[in-house]
Amino acid sequence: MSGRVLVGVKRVIDYAVKIRVKPDKSSVVTDGVKHSMNPFCEIAVEEAVKMKEKKLIKEVVAVSCGPQQAQETIRTALAMGADRGIHVEVTGKDYETLGPLQISKIMAALAKKEEAQLIILGKQAIDDDCNQTGQMTAALLDWPQGTFASEVSLEGDKIKVVREVDGGLETIKINIPAVITADLRLNTPRYATLPNIMKAKKKKIANMKPADLGVDITSRLEVLRVDEPPQRQAGVKVETVEDLVSKLKEAGLV
Amino acid sequence: MLLGLTPSRRLLSHRHCLLQCRSIKSENTARSTTLDSVLSAFRSICGEDGVSLGEAVRQQHGKDESVHRCCPPDVVVFPRCVEEVSALAKVCNNHRLPIIPFGTGTGLEGGVSAVTGGVCFSLRNMDQVLDVHQEDFDVTVEPGVTRKALNAYLRDTGLWFPVDPGADASLCGMAATSASGTNAVRYGTMRENVLNLEVVLADGNIIHTAGKGRLHRKWSYLSFLSVSIFRKTSAGYNLTNLFVGSEGTLGIITKTTLRLYGIPEAVVSAVCSFPSVQAAVDSTVQILQAGVPIARIEFLDDVMIDACNRFSSLSYPVTPTLFLEFHGSERSLEEQVQTAEDITQSNGGSDFQWARDAETRNRLWKARHDAWYAALALRPGCKAYSTDVCVPLSRLPQIIVETKEDLIKNRLTGPIAGHVGDGNFHCLMVVDPNDPEEQRGVHLFTERLARRALAMDGTCTGEHGVGLGKRALLCEEMGPMAVGVMQRLKDTLDPKNLMNPGKVLQPREL
Repeated sequence: MSGRVLVGVKRVIDYAVKIRVKPDKSSVVTDGVKHSMNPFCEIAVEEAVKMKEKKLIKEVVAVSCGPQQAQETIRTALAMGADRGIHVEVTGKDYETLGPLQISKIMAALAKKEEAQLIILGKQAIDDDCNQTGQMTAALLDWPQGTFASEVSLEGDKIKVVREVDGGLETIKINIPAVITADLRLNTPRYATLPNIMKAKKKKIANMKPADLGVDITSRLEVLRVDEPPQRQAGVKVETVEDLVSKLKEAGLV
Repeated sequence: MLLGLTPSRRLLSHRHCLLQCRSIKSENTARSTTLDSVLSAFRSICGEDGVSLGEAVRQQHGKDESVHRCCPPDVVVFPRCVEEVSALAKVCNNHRLPIIPFGTGTGLEGGVSAVTGGVCFSLRNMDQVLDVHQEDFDVTVEPGVTRKALNAYLRDTGLWFPVDPGADASLCGMAATSASGTNAVRYGTMRENVLNLEVVLADGNIIHTAGKGRLHRKWSYLSFLSVSIFRKTSAGYNLTNLFVGSEGTLGIITKTTLRLYGIPEAVVSAVCSFPSVQAAVDSTVQILQAGVPIARIEFLDDVMIDACNRFSSLSYPVTPTLFLEFHGSERSLEEQVQTAEDITQSNGGSDFQWARDAETRNRLWKARHDAWYAALALRPGCKAYSTDVCVPLSRLPQIIVETKEDLIKNRLTGPIAGHVGDGNFHCLMVVDPNDPEEQRGVHLFTERLARRALAMDGTCTGEHGVGLGKRALLCEEMGPMAVGVMQRLKDTLDPKNLMNPGKVLQPREL
């Protein structure tokens, strides 16, 4: 047992930013816009660091795929308590088409290379809302998965995961190694404090490219168009119930 | 201190305010012709969407979270940048229209009531965080940025802005009212933490109170010299602190540069019960004297504790209680907590409990967090109003004891919560909004309380500001000479009395 946990962290547009679509409708505006770690990835990092503090695991490795700026996100994970980072460099057009399938291939390759016993990811990213990477990674590795986790406890060579599902909560027990994806109520991520940010600067971040891991990142998807949600129209006031019913009928709603 | 305040309808009959609101109708006919001619000017500055005459919008911008009734402005404008604010101010100046700046409407003293009508400048669209300087520990924000939004923005940097008045208020608004909060005992109030302001004056001119961009890069080398970063300058009159607390009567704040602090490495919270108010305050004084850099020290009296026990099904001993919070590194926290515990024990304190992890800390402080709602729950169907006075620490036990006697004698419900480290406390007056007798009683009580505080060399408003309701008390506190200087400053900066008329200083005619 390596006692090593891989945590995937994604750099996304900050949740508080008002998103704008580019005039050519090809994508959203990212230049000069504040970016930060995906909130679900923060929860994943927090869970891994908590496990290390409880001495249940030995090492937390933060992984991010993207251009140079992805290193900032890894540094934040290091400031929260991860031990070292791995930056898989992907730039330009390749970065624009980078999606769950490519990431899960990279994570699977890294898991084998690092002999990880656990992979913790956020359940989804707030920019694409795919909710696929964790599941695909588990499939590629043929590992069990505990997704939408609101509670995780290590019990010997198994993990008990309480999952948030539509009908309520589902508790499962899966073998290690496994993939967990973090849901909102799993924990409250800590803030990075200045002394920890200072310490994080000294922690190592390894650089590599997808080709170094034998991963092909070509995408089979093409984004055709990005649109904003339709503008909200002004409402209409009606005076009587008859008016209301006739308007609803006109609109084909009754 | 603001604990999820719910607005109250016309709790206190402020005759001034009522009279002035009624006189809007007669003034308005004369003004409506002026208004039409300026509306097109406003629209050309802010765009069609940036000007609103809608009744709902005006009502929303004519009240805050105080008990003062809503006095809506004649029009609300939504500028998007300081140049638009300046242009709008010039138009208002030329046509003699009152200007009322509006941030988040979370004030507690009626500061945004348009008592003589006019133009409300709603600044919420100016919502950028500019210039975060991590190594200099400062940041500049526009009026639409609230306290929580800034701290969320800064979370990756290891820095935060600790002034916490309770509400999620606009930071520029907090500068305008010189807000404070539960952390003031360690981190100070807005007065100590505003480094620079960009202000639009009544004539539309834009100034930077400490010089444009000045306090940023020039002093960064100082950060190597001292652990506590502080900005130094001996250049000229202190304009920054003239505008802090001016409540919109001297100019419109369009940017504020704030001092930031490192997020504490660790936090410990503690609770301790005392046999008397004196014992609790003595402990506070001694903890401060011992040099413990305590972050929060809050006092709840026995009535409040009883209310909290009932509301949250807790079982605190029903006596004066202190809630403490310590910030620091793991090792320094051990020392701080130990020192505090020893002191409380020597003053007869009992049931000292403390906690490190977030869940237990929240449970320990639950009473303090729920205090507002617990007070309201004492009398369902009633509204609550928070008083706000501040006295030197040495007089705090006396004023609290006398205030409690006053409450009992006049049969008023007023549990007490206070930022005891600053000598500041609030009575949460729970009143029936449909009982004018009771409302009058509360009004008189509040005036007695303020005068009691003044008699003890205190102030009639610790954190909430003067606004509409405390103008007379301000005169009593400052004396006619000082108020005279204030009036002359006001006349110089705003000769036509257009900037938020009717606030802070009393109208001349009366």
